[in-house]
Formats: sequence, C-alpha cells, structure tokens
Amino acid sequence: MAEATNAIAEQFDSSEQQHESAWLGLWAFLATEVLFFGGVFLGYIVYRHVYYESFVLASRTTNLVYGTVNTAVLLTSSLTMALAVHAAQVGKNKNLVRFLILTILLAITFMGVKGVEYYEHYKDHQIPGPSFVLKGAPEGELFYYFYFTMTGLHALHVVIGIGLLSVMALLAARRRFNPAYYTPVELSGLYWHFVDIVWIFLYPLIYLISRHS
Amino acid sequence: MSNATSHAVPHAGVHADHHEELGFFRKYVFSTDHKVIGIQYGITSLIFLFIGFSLMMMMRWSIAYPGKAVPLVGPLLEKVLGDVAAKGVISGDLYNSFGAMHGTIMIFLGIVPLAFAAFGNFVVPLQIGAPDMAFPRINMASYQAYFVGGIVMLVSFFVPGGAAQAGWTSYSPLATSIPTQGQTYWLIGMVLLITSSLLGAVNFLATIIQLRAPGMTWMRLPFFVWAQFVTGFLLLLAFPPLEAAGIMQLMDKVAHTSFFLPTGLQLTSLGHISGGGSPLLWQHLFWFLGHPEVYVLILPAMGIVCEIIANNTRKPIWGYKSLVYSSLVIGFVSFIVWAHHMYMTGMGMKISTFFQTTTMIISIPSVIILTCLFLSLWGGSIRFNTPMLFALAFLPMFGIGGLTGLPLGFNYSDIHLHDTYYVIAHFHYVVAPGTIFGLFAGIYYWYPKMTGRFMSEFWGKVHFATSFVFMNLVFQPMFAQGMAGMLRRMVDGGANYATANTPGTTGGLSDTMIHTNQTISMAAWCLALAQVPFIINFFLSIKRGKKVESDNPWQATTLEWQTPTPPPHGNFVKTPIVHRGPYEYSVPGRSKDFTPQTEA
Repeated sequence: MAEATNAIAEQFDSSEQQHESAWLGLWAFLATEVLFFGGVFLGYIVYRHVYYESFVLASRTTNLVYGTVNTAVLLTSSLTMALAVHAAQVGKNKNLVRFLILTILLAITFMGVKGVEYYEHYKDHQIPGPSFVLKGAPEGELFYYFYFTMTGLHALHVVIGIGLLSVMALLAARRRFNPAYYTPVELSGLYWHFVDIVWIFLYPLIYLISRHS
Repeated sequence: MSNATSHAVPHAGVHADHHEELGFFRKYVFSTDHKVIGIQYGITSLIFLFIGFSLMMMMRWSIAYPGKAVPLVGPLLEKVLGDVAAKGVISGDLYNSFGAMHGTIMIFLGIVPLAFAAFGNFVVPLQIGAPDMAFPRINMASYQAYFVGGIVMLVSFFVPGGAAQAGWTSYSPLATSIPTQGQTYWLIGMVLLITSSLLGAVNFLATIIQLRAPGMTWMRLPFFVWAQFVTGFLLLLAFPPLEAAGIMQLMDKVAHTSFFLPTGLQLTSLGHISGGGSPLLWQHLFWFLGHPEVYVLILPAMGIVCEIIANNTRKPIWGYKSLVYSSLVIGFVSFIVWAHHMYMTGMGMKISTFFQTTTMIISIPSVIILTCLFLSLWGGSIRFNTPMLFALAFLPMFGIGGLTGLPLGFNYSDIHLHDTYYVIAHFHYVVAPGTIFGLFAGIYYWYPKMTGRFMSEFWGKVHFATSFVFMNLVFQPMFAQGMAGMLRRMVDGGANYATANTPGTTGGLSDTMIHTNQTISMAAWCLALAQVPFIINFFLSIKRGKKVESDNPWQATTLEWQTPTPPPHGNFVKTPIVHRGPYEYSVPGRSKDFTPQTEA
C-alpha cells in the first residue's frame, strides 16, 4: 500500500530501530526545550521573589477568563491529538484526518483568544514601553516583560505546532500513514503535548498565583 | 542485518555507482553524508580559527605598541572599517570589538565545531560501525545553521558601530548599552550557533545510543566516542538556558525591556527603560553554559589524544574504565561549578564555599584522565610521529592549564587574580596548547583516512616544534604579568599603569612587565608564521602526499580503519561485527601487535 513511505533509511537495520531513534531524538530535543523554558521561568521566579508586591499586583491585572478559556481549549486539543494518534494506531485514516483538523482548529482558537487578550493589554496600556501604566506597582513593567516573553515564546511554539500538524493532516489525507508506520504523527503528538505542558506551568504562574484574598 | 549488507558497497571505487550519482551540489554542498558534513565543518572551522587568530595578531600590535599604526594591514583596516581604525591605529572601540569577536569566533565558531562537529561527524559513525548518523538531514541543517551563524557574526564587523564589544561573555548592562548594532547581530548569530549545536547534540546522542554495530557494547567503545557522548550531553543541557538568556538580552537590546538592566541606569544610548532587572541573572545563565562549555572544548581533545596514544605506544590504554567513569563525572559536576567565575560579584561566603568545593572536586576526574594517559606511556615502544608528538605535548600543556586553574577556583586567591593576564594564560593553556594541539594531532592522524594520503612528516614535525616553542613563549610570561596585576582587555596593554608614567609612586606595573608585552607579541607573530607549514602541508598533501599502502596505515584496532579509504557512502563493505575491546595492542601470544575489534 504505502510501501514507499515505509522504507527504512539506510543507516538503520530495522523499522523498530528507526522508530526508537526518532523517539530518542525527539525526547532529547524536548529536554533542550525544558531547559530553554526553564531559563525564562527561572528569571520570572527570581524576580517574583525580589519584587513580590509589584508582581502580585501586576499578576492580578491579567485576564483570568481568557487564561482559563485558553487552558480548556489547549487541554481539549491535547485530547483530540491523543485521539488522532490512536486513530493512526488502529488505521482509521478518516478519523486521523478529522482529529488532526480538530486539533488545528483548537490551536487556532487558542491563538485567537491570545490575540484578543494582547489587544486588551494594549488598550489598557499594559504593553511595556513609555506609555505603560500600572499604579502602585513600580516593577509591574518587569512582570509584563516576562508575561509577553513567556506567552510569546509559547505562542511561537503553538504556531510551529499548527504548521507541523497541518503537514501531518495533509500527509494523512494522502494516506501516507498506516498502523505499521505512523511515527511522524506520534512525534508531532508528543511535541504538541509538550507545548500543552508548558502552558500548564504558565497558567498558574501568571494567572492563578496570588489571586487569593 | 540483511538490509544493511544490501546497502554496503562491495569494493571501493568498483561499485561506487551502486548509489545514484549525485550532482555536485548534492554531493559537496547540500550533502547528508556524515563524512562530507564532517569535512565541511572541518574546513569552515579552520577558516574561522584563522580569522580569530588574525584578530589577535592585530590586537597584539596594539598591546605592544599602543597608538602606533598597525603595519601591513593598517591602511586596509582604515579603508574597510572606517573611523574606528583612523590612520591605521586600533582605537579602543575596535580593540574591544576584536577582543569580543576573538573569543566568540575561537570558541563558538572554531573549536567547538572542529572538535565536536567535524571530528565527531567524521569519526564517530566510523568508530561505532554505523553507515551514517541517525538523522542525516538534521545533520545537514546543523551545519547550515552554523554556517549562517558564522556569516552573521562576520557581517557584524561592518554594521554601524562595528561588531559586539562586550567580550565573549557579553555581560549586561554593558552589552546592551554600547551603541552598536553589532550586539544585535551577535545575539542573533549566537541563537543560530546554539541551534546548530543542539541539533548536533541530539543527533550524536541518538547515533551513539542506537547505531552501534553488533557486538559494540558500551565498554567496547573507543574513548573518543565516550568523550563525544558526554560532550553531546553537555551541549544538550547547557546551551538552552543561554539561548533563553540570549533572547532576553535581545529583547533588552531591540524592544527596550529591562530583563538585565538595573534601576537607576541612565544612559542616552538606552533610551527609556524601566529598570529593575538584575545583571547577575545574565551572568548566572551565561556561566551555566560557560563552564560546561569548557569541558565541551577539552573532552573531544582528550578523546583524540587517547586514541593516538594507544595507537602509538602499541599498548592498551591504562585504566580505560577510569577514563570512562571520569568523563561521566566531569559531565555531571561541570553543571554545578559555574559560579566560580563570579566570586567577585559578592554572592556571599556560603555560596562561594559551595562552588569552591565543587570546583576542587571536578579537578579530580581531570587528573585521573591525565594520569591514565601518562601511565599509558609507561613501557611502550613509542612511535614519535607527528600526531603522537602533538598528543604527547597535549599532556603537560593541559596539565599546566589545569593546575594553574586551582588558584582561580579558590575564592581568596581568585580575588587577586581575577580578570588579569593570569586568567588569560590559564585558559589559553587549556584551550590553545591543550585542545588545539589535540585537534592538530587528530588532523594529522585521520588525514590519511579522509584523503588516502599522509601529510608530510617532516613539515609536520617542523610545525609541531615551532608551535610548541612559541605557544609557551606567548602564554608563559602572561602568568607573571597577571600576578603583577596587569588587567585584561586593555588596548594599551597596561601602559597607562606603568611606573614610568608616574615616577615615585608605588603599585604601578613595572617596566619589565610592560616590556614583556613586546616579547609576547613577537612570539605570537612567530606562532602565526609557524602555522604556514601546516596550511601548505594540509593543501599540498591532498594531491601530493605519500599514498597509504593499506586501509589501516597506522595499524590501529578501531573500526574506522576497517573501511575502504576514503570510506565510500555507507562506510563499511559489510556490517562489522565487534568481538573485542578498542585497544588490544601487543597482546602476548598473537602474531601481530594489534588485533582489530572486528577480528573474531
């Protein structure tokens, strides 16, 4: 059927070895991503510790509704992604395409909500720069540097994910995957879950922390 | 297994057309073959080493003869770079640019790509018996990111304001506040270079873990492969935080954020900033990479030296397992020593003590490795060929570099020596006569496998002897200068602080120390001349060198010598089966003094 895409690259002995190498490679890549985001998160935590009051005040000005909606959207997309991988596993190609497209749509929704949220920050003069206003929080601007850098880098990963999943959907529509060969779908899924997990850390760090009282 | 054999080429040259013939671009420019990529990396990084070295040759003039026009290249400098080199004199700004770019180019564009990527790419798949790297296209992308990163760095010399001026460490707020676009280019270039290294590291780890030939167990790996394996981990885990920091500094530079800019900093070049950031955060994130990076520089060289010593003493390496475990310990501990670069920041006794202790601990595995290599010489019938001479010189040179690091690792002595020429001498002993000698050894050693011809032994020995002498004449006096208090990064080499300028005062730099600048510079230029035989030898030997008589001209045991010469696409005639450890030399009772790993 799709023999051509099943071909094993010449440096591998078997399809299992090829599959395992690809997994290993992606996990190693994700390790670098963890440390990459870790560097930025570390900065955030250090500054939050140093400028506690300002950061508490500033984080209360973020929009909890948008943040929560986006969390739900992204978590749902993780579910559809997992269902897509499962569909590939059992060879239901139509479902694979459907779930991939659904995941992409959810990702686009996430970006849309994020866009609206950014626009409201703009209207409220919360974009760092000469016109930045946040009363009572002298280091509030620092919080927003981190806010925009962290969510921006995350959004960049979402956009890359949208591209990746679109390619997968296209390939799936051309019936390139079968139960014996669906490594790219699996790895894209792994990447997508990682993007999700980054958000799972971002959401409490930015929106939930210091909301009490 | 059958699959792999069907791909192998039965005989070099005879069936070279077994694979479809690739066009020139696919074969040499956009190649996915690990050997071609290795050679691409090698040539490019040697060119960058040359550029970085040339920068220092000009800086040495300014240090020895401050305020005087640079001979030979002075008018050219003025023409190309404009006001910063008015009348051919190196200005303070230009000196800073050259200094920052010397470090950046030498480390990120010269040695790491040569030691890790070039030798790693060419040798590792051969030594583990693999037909290629695990991800050939990612390998190609890695080289391309490196190449573009290098171009970005070079272009930065010609943008308004010139190249980055804040040292290779690029400390904030200095880096952000110097009014030059060069810093922006530097940061973009660094992000590209980091991406390249990360792609390479992922590839090496997957290759070494997955693609070892049947029978190649972990403890049968040549030490060079182990060194590359640990290096891969270091790059994988140390670089990403610097990438994050680089992006934050880039935001500081272009989006006027204050991630690393403190409150109260008022500089016209910065414009409106909110402040509140911590410059120390940059230093921590930088040195979290910076110290593992030192071991990225040294481990591959240790690996190369180990291969060559085993081969030329005709003896098994003494303490192979100690070497392996030591390199693993180095890899781990190198992540918890970084703040010994920051004793002067006032981080407090407790933290200083911690980092001082870990720093002393990490010297132990390094000493074990060095000792094992020294003991391996014992009782061997040593062949003194060019690779071996460089490998032998590596040992005491790295030893000096390592031992002189101890006073810098101790908090109290570091306070005196910090940022002096002593530091320069120390780390150059590790990297220049240390790592670079190791890399030269590797070039002379594997050249026959790459080209099918030897490099000239005579000119190789000339290259070695002269380099060895002048390296030491350059760096040895710097220890004295540093201990006398001469600071780094001074365009006039400290002439401002000379006692001759202010008679009757005490505490200035003695005239002997100032005068030593001139002798060091002379030695440095002689060192440049000493590289001429190498360059000529390198290119002439491609066509004119003595041909190798067999695929295994050094009579070595490891797998890379079991391939045709030069290795064809797919490397091995048939998948090698490994039966023994990597260094079975002079085993009693055998007919010849080496037993290849493939021999049953």
